Amino acid sequence: MFHVKHRDFDVIVVGGGHAGSEAAHASARRGARTALVTLTHDGIGAMSCNPAIGGLGKGHLVREIDALDGVMGRVADKAGIQFRLLNRRKGPAVQGPRAQADRAIYKAEMQAELSGTENLTIIFGEVTDLMMKGSDVGGVILADGSEISAVSVVLTTGTFLRGVIHIGDVSRAGGRFGEAPSIKLAERIDEFGLPLGRLKTGTPPRIKASSINWDGLEMQPGDDCPALFSFLSSKPSARQISCGITHTNEKTHDIIRDNLDRSAMYGGHIDGVGPRYCPSIEDKVVRFADKERHQVFLEPESLSTDLIYPNGISTSLPVEVQENYVHSIVGLEAAEIVQPGYAIEYDYVDPRALTANLRLKDVRGLYLAGQINGTTGYEEAGAQGLVAGLSAAGDALGLDTASFSRETSYIGVMIDDLVTRGVSEPYRMFTSRAEFRLSLRADNADQRLTALGLSLGCVGEARRKAFEHKIEAMESAKTRLDGFQFTSRQLAGAGAKLSADGPSRTGYDALSLADVDWDTLENIEPGLADVPGEIKTQIKRDALYAHYIERQKRDVALMRKDEALKIPQDFDFEGLSGLSNELTAKLVKIRPESIGQAGRVEGMTPAALTLILAALRKSERQKAV
Amino acid sequence: MDTVFALGSASGKAGVAVIRVSGPKAHDAARAFESLPNDQRPALRHLTYQGEVLDSALILRFDAPASFTGEDVVEFHCHGSPAIVSAVLAALSSMDGLRQAEAGEFTRRALENDRLDLAQVEGLSDLIEAETEAQRRQAMQVFRGALGAKTDIWRSDLIRAAALLEATIDFADEDVPVDVYPEVKTLLSSTLTSVLSERDGVQVAERIRDGFEVAIIGPPNAGKSTLLNALAGRDAAITSDVAGTTRDIIEVRMSLAGLPVTLLDTAGLRESDDHVEVLGIERARQRADDADLRVILVLDGEAPILEPRADDIVLSAKDDAGENRGVSGKTGAGVDALVSAVGDILGKRAVGAGVAIRERHKVAMDRAAISLGIAHDRIETAPEYAELIAEEIRDAIRALDSLVGRVDVEDLLDEIFTSFCIGK
Repeated sequence: MFHVKHRDFDVIVVGGGHAGSEAAHASARRGARTALVTLTHDGIGAMSCNPAIGGLGKGHLVREIDALDGVMGRVADKAGIQFRLLNRRKGPAVQGPRAQADRAIYKAEMQAELSGTENLTIIFGEVTDLMMKGSDVGGVILADGSEISAVSVVLTTGTFLRGVIHIGDVSRAGGRFGEAPSIKLAERIDEFGLPLGRLKTGTPPRIKASSINWDGLEMQPGDDCPALFSFLSSKPSARQISCGITHTNEKTHDIIRDNLDRSAMYGGHIDGVGPRYCPSIEDKVVRFADKERHQVFLEPESLSTDLIYPNGISTSLPVEVQENYVHSIVGLEAAEIVQPGYAIEYDYVDPRALTANLRLKDVRGLYLAGQINGTTGYEEAGAQGLVAGLSAAGDALGLDTASFSRETSYIGVMIDDLVTRGVSEPYRMFTSRAEFRLSLRADNADQRLTALGLSLGCVGEARRKAFEHKIEAMESAKTRLDGFQFTSRQLAGAGAKLSADGPSRTGYDALSLADVDWDTLENIEPGLADVPGEIKTQIKRDALYAHYIERQKRDVALMRKDEALKIPQDFDFEGLSGLSNELTAKLVKIRPESIGQAGRVEGMTPAALTLILAALRKSERQKAV
Repeated sequence: MDTVFALGSASGKAGVAVIRVSGPKAHDAARAFESLPNDQRPALRHLTYQGEVLDSALILRFDAPASFTGEDVVEFHCHGSPAIVSAVLAALSSMDGLRQAEAGEFTRRALENDRLDLAQVEGLSDLIEAETEAQRRQAMQVFRGALGAKTDIWRSDLIRAAALLEATIDFADEDVPVDVYPEVKTLLSSTLTSVLSERDGVQVAERIRDGFEVAIIGPPNAGKSTLLNALAGRDAAITSDVAGTTRDIIEVRMSLAGLPVTLLDTAGLRESDDHVEVLGIERARQRADDADLRVILVLDGEAPILEPRADDIVLSAKDDAGENRGVSGKTGAGVDALVSAVGDILGKRAVGAGVAIRERHKVAMDRAAISLGIAHDRIETAPEYAELIAEEIRDAIRALDSLVGRVDVEDLLDEIFTSFCIGK
């Protein structure tokens, strides 16, 4: 290039929430000069909803973020005040780490992580507009009129697009509680003519811990042996606590039923679509009318404050009704509401307008991540921030953009779901969304992704060493296992339930049997005892699913084949004869990048896919001539 | 999208020829002939193109989506003269945005617009090919969506089972019922039973589609070929009095008691030095072995040349006068009785036919049955691995789905959210 125009930064990330923090950190890790622009220092790392990280599917995402050296897992480990591995009694593929997080510690640790990051500058201010270079984005403009230029801009502005807060019949414009929405920026986004949709979400009233009568409430402690998020963490650092459990009752339900018309949601004040998996208490009482009680978890917000997050009773009823129904619940008879529950309604950008790197298809330089794309949850936001940050940096530095596939990560599953299928409710991760669930486990996120992270240049020295050490140890243990042949007689003698006349197997094959573990093998070959415990556990987990993963390879191979059939960006779906108008419209909008992605478009039929394939072949032949 | 047209009836001279036009410009095409009926009632019109009257025709108008293809459709029922047909087709070709339909394109559009599922398309093609009453009935059943309907039941039961399991997996920390296994088990075993019985019917259904094979066997010169000719009503096999005339296998396809039957006339079975005849005899034995039914002809006082199986029909050969309860192709004695005996036996077998009729269907159901069996066992032996049980159920759904369509995780989540109060 002859004229390298001076620019202030390579990448600008707007917003300091979970998507923004992860995006800025990822971009800086790749070596891009990165600016994080956020309203206030206080907004960085704020948990605006429930004080917990992880869970099923979500915990998997946090592990994946961590495997790529992202921040969420490390910070959550420091802030964790109660760790529980969900589904501990089921197989490892569906175990998800979860933790109650101390809001204050989380925020402080996130701020410390970001301010200590090389290549990252934090700028406080309100982004009111984007700098445009023709139809490309080239930076941001702040409220004071100052301009900051960059190659890529990542918007992680959550619910700021026409956010409206509802408490009963009172509503007002707002992002998070007490924050002002940015109007000008929203107008600029409107100019791009992006497809928008409307969603809603709710929060419960926050309660003073000291006003709760804890006597007689069931208490749920964390696990005795906590499972942390980061592959680099070893133990919790904050003091560990228990959560309380109480239930709603018929009286609670009566109060809610009697006041339904005063609820913003039922009173007809809200048009947005809410998440089915996180219904308001109004929803629960109406939709599951025969259920006598609903569980309420009393989750401490912080070790240093007197606040409880009553998980399970989010609402948009008027304040006095909230007080009434809260007081009807055992233990909460004298509860003091510090902040009422509210519903928030906001616009999101239909993520089908994005590429698999989360860049807008029609606006070069502009990336979107987090709630603005129609997702919900810190983990979903963080994972998108990571993808957008890595790609934005790649774009700016002329490096590879980051691509994640459904077969290797939950991140890939989520991104593909978003850009291919769009959302109809706030999108949340579940393990059932991953067709290759048995291979995409929380425990092997590093085995799946850290090597990719190393090649992208976003993994630091400490993690590289730890990872390589672990992989080496696993390889050597596996080689040793493969060196042994165990007869069925030996295994049966050591306690395995199998016919003594069966074939003999290698140590690894033997471990694939559900009731054979390392102890079984060590009884026969005491020499195996010196394999480190953590390596043993991991190999056993891998072996347990080996047979299924072998079978899934068939599906993976099919999928790869379809993914490899690329559809050119200028492919003329409208000129394709025999496609229904509805499907054509969807394809034109989504512009699938491969036959594989086209196959996942909602309403796609085998016949239509064959048509597209035939047209592709034809145009390839014509090009070849 | 293009508007397509084609001659829908067979070509050549006929009483009526049907030309079908489908697509957004179908109504315009009829208008160009000054012939579009005002509504969906049939109308008699003079097909007039550029001032010239081509024919007087009955016009049917269908408005999207209520048509075979799901698009606007017009059908011209013209007089079946090749000249009229080619004039109308030429006029249609000259219209902007219209083109000749490719083979199967109307059906493909029907599939595309969700008017038919994959199995129905197969049913339709079988219906068009149907030559016998049993084939027509079977194809009609598939065309009307019987396989799709059955698959829908399996599918919704399995989605329910999967949703129950997934709810305990993905919402482990919520208020969902813990012990879902009894219901899952019931759903799995009822589906498994139904899939297996449907699978067992495929072989019979395939016979109805492709024809039952009935082999006529016996020693040389027992009158097998003559009998075949009498059954078929034409000289299909060469007959002579010289033993060993039929060296190759003669096949005659016919409708017998409403069932499609392929009669096989085989070489006479005997010891022979003639190399060619030995080969013929070997092939005859093989085919007779594979046939669905054998008619074994026996000469006076001799034992059957092959060990008869349960349903096989053993008859005296050359019973010209009909005195020995035998059969004679020459005089026709006993032929009617033979026809009705064959019809009875095959008719009983045909009752076992299900709505799945192709090898493809069988393969899919086999795969589903294996997965369902494993899932069912695991609930007993390793209930803690809910994800592995779920994996088998997914595999079964995928397999069954290949019969008609595809499943989606959203279906699963829908079932979960309507059944359980999720969200603590």
